[in-house]
Amino acid sequence: MAKAIKIKKGLDLKVKGKPEPNIQEVSNSSDYALKPTDFPSLTPKMVVKEGEKVKVGTPIFFDKYREAIQYVSPVSGTVEEIKRGAKRKILSVTIKADSEFSHESVDTSGDTKEVILKSGLWPTIKQRPLDIVADYNKVPKAIYVSGFDSAPLAPDYEFLLNDKKEALQAGFDALSKLTEGKVNVTIESNVKSSSVFASINGIELHTISSKHPAGNVGTQIHHIAPVNKGEFIWTINAIDVARIGTLFTSGKLDFTKIIALTGSEVESPSYYKMISGASLTNLVDKKITSDNVRYISGNMLTGDNVGKDGYLGFYENQVTVIPEGDVYRFAFTEGWMAPGFNKLSNSQTFLSSLVPKKAYDVDTNTNGEERAFVMSGQYEKVFPFDIYPVQLLKAAITNDIDKMEKLGIYEVAPEDFALCEFVCSSKINSQQIIRDGLKVIEEECM
Amino acid sequence: MKFLRNFFDKAYEKAGEKFHPVVESFDTILFSPNHTTKSGSHVRDAVDLKRTMMFVILAMVPCLLFGMWNVGEQHFLALGESVSFFDKFLHGAIRVLPLVVVSYGVGLTVEFIFGIIKGHSLHEGYLVSGMLIPLIMPVETPLWMVAIAVVFGVVIGKEVFGGTGMNILNVALTTRAFLFFAHPNSMIGDKIWISQMRDMEANGTLADGVSGATPLGQLATMDPGTVDTYYANGGVDFSQSLMGNYLGSIGETSVYAILLGLAFLLITRVASWRIVVSFFAGGFVMASIFNIFAGDNVFMQVPALSQLMLGSFMFGMVFMITDPVTAAQTNKGKFYYGFLAGFIGILIRVANPAYPEGIMLGILIANVCASLIDHMVINANIKRREKRLAKATA
Repeated sequence: MAKAIKIKKGLDLKVKGKPEPNIQEVSNSSDYALKPTDFPSLTPKMVVKEGEKVKVGTPIFFDKYREAIQYVSPVSGTVEEIKRGAKRKILSVTIKADSEFSHESVDTSGDTKEVILKSGLWPTIKQRPLDIVADYNKVPKAIYVSGFDSAPLAPDYEFLLNDKKEALQAGFDALSKLTEGKVNVTIESNVKSSSVFASINGIELHTISSKHPAGNVGTQIHHIAPVNKGEFIWTINAIDVARIGTLFTSGKLDFTKIIALTGSEVESPSYYKMISGASLTNLVDKKITSDNVRYISGNMLTGDNVGKDGYLGFYENQVTVIPEGDVYRFAFTEGWMAPGFNKLSNSQTFLSSLVPKKAYDVDTNTNGEERAFVMSGQYEKVFPFDIYPVQLLKAAITNDIDKMEKLGIYEVAPEDFALCEFVCSSKINSQQIIRDGLKVIEEECM
Repeated sequence: MKFLRNFFDKAYEKAGEKFHPVVESFDTILFSPNHTTKSGSHVRDAVDLKRTMMFVILAMVPCLLFGMWNVGEQHFLALGESVSFFDKFLHGAIRVLPLVVVSYGVGLTVEFIFGIIKGHSLHEGYLVSGMLIPLIMPVETPLWMVAIAVVFGVVIGKEVFGGTGMNILNVALTTRAFLFFAHPNSMIGDKIWISQMRDMEANGTLADGVSGATPLGQLATMDPGTVDTYYANGGVDFSQSLMGNYLGSIGETSVYAILLGLAFLLITRVASWRIVVSFFAGGFVMASIFNIFAGDNVFMQVPALSQLMLGSFMFGMVFMITDPVTAAQTNKGKFYYGFLAGFIGILIRVANPAYPEGIMLGILIANVCASLIDHMVINANIKRREKRLAKATA
């Protein structure tokens, strides 16, 4: 049954740099990368060697333990370098693109699952529990798609998808063949009738009204039908649903993306057409207003710090540029004891709490040192789950598998804890703790 | 600012690895560090523990200032002299500030030693405890006693558990409870609440009719009768207890000053309203029960609201029970926790005349029970999840 979800908890970060709804041109980058690090707990096995020619859709590496999952090249060109880190872990595979693209041919007539696996679009589908690329041997209880992104400065999905109705429909048709349950889509309650999802057939359309993390699929799942131990559900980004749809309607792999370039340090934030895995160099060229900035592939709560020469992440539809905060601040004028007219905080201890609508510049300073858990009740204000966040984190820190299971580790992903991490006055890195906890669960319980 | 920054940068070099935490502690008080996020959430809330703790200290300032004045007021009242506001305040400040200095001096020294051993900079917890401790002492407490109690409180109350954030018992109350049981004649009785009372007695300068007993001390030893006789004989009535110009520990008497602090803590949401409300309710319910079964016991007859305004109940409600580390952590648990502390606090105060300061013990008992309360609340959540699973697999 379609649900109208209303939740009170959450927090919309009031930050500067929201993208204007227009799509700008940017010259195509010639450098691309496929990063195994974009996929948690993946052990890649290389298929290509440095210097080899690849086409759009040529497998670059596959999952060592789930061999049918292939990770393919988003462009055609030459494999330039396989970058390795400590213990020869593969960090990224860079590809120099040709000017003209040639595509691997994809036969879309067979079994839907096989087609998606072969095409290389399978990694767009993730699973809960664990928040990793979905296991194709399992049949999910249901599939969940969030119809919007509520993260800070996030791209507007309605804007990105309003001319992709056909592709979306085809994508959802394909997805519904992968589950015995329903394909659930949740949209914001205030766009209900005008939403591009409203006219899609064969989906269960829910609405949700709240602040971030209402747009996180995890929040939506929790309020529609929480994941129990032993169950599997799959999630996929709405943009990627359209991509799968395009594969089935046109038989062509298309890795182009419209991404939002956002953040307070971007001159005029708007949308740009790019290809998945592209280098950010062209995108950010001459558009950044200051020098000491951080380039984040993704949003400022969950994205990756990739640097100016970094690459767009596999799952990301957004690039955020914010100032670095690596400066000392005198305590009483702009540091920890400042009156704080210009400080973004969910606490009420700054004068800025008197002007709740103002948008702020926020930098990457931690605004304090890491401490033990002291304050209580902070996380609960921004964590709309029937889960005790601090207790779950403590279970994860102590590797207490039994406790983690009991407290709901199967229902959460690191991104669900992003706001907890933001508001924490003890500056605890909860997303990493949850990711480590999930890793333990994967090794011991799956 | 540049000069200061350079000073610290050099100090780090001179201090070497061992004393790095000490320099760091002072550095991070004057400068917010240049630490940046590495991954995960790239931006962080502007609030940190230092600011949170500092807000609690700020909230105590009205109590501290009023306490100073009241120490002077009571001192000169006992002498039978009438002096200016300034003289009273000055006398009080001279008596109170040494307690503050000893509390912070000794406590922070212990913290620094542990910081050096464990290699971390000063954690903020003691900044609050250090201010709380003088405020809950009788003015006549000898400084050496405070020093010993602080060492006990910090080491046994906190550091053995792992430092700030890990302690089970409220550090300030552990300190007071230590003195209460180790040196009862300096914590209970009639001679300790008026500044220099023993000297006055020796010199014969004590004014006639000054008993030196706190209202709770008086009430606990009243002969059977009605509470009206207590009020008729100059007992502290409701309005005086709000004002706070009567005898008691330094910072605990003025409800107005405490409420100022409470308002500040609630507006800034540093304190949990859940705990405050339920603590008040717990105390009120217990006092009301006593009212019903009072008979001719004067202490039990004290109207519930007046009962709560006396002694350390209000101070405990705002500054002690709200300590987030020793309180229940779950929102639901906070209600039970606060109620339990208020309820037991008034119970001990009234039912056991040997412990007129029952609030301290009530809060300490609730501290011990906090984990149990949380355990039960969280178990309910676990049960819900198990039920859901059972339903799904059935």
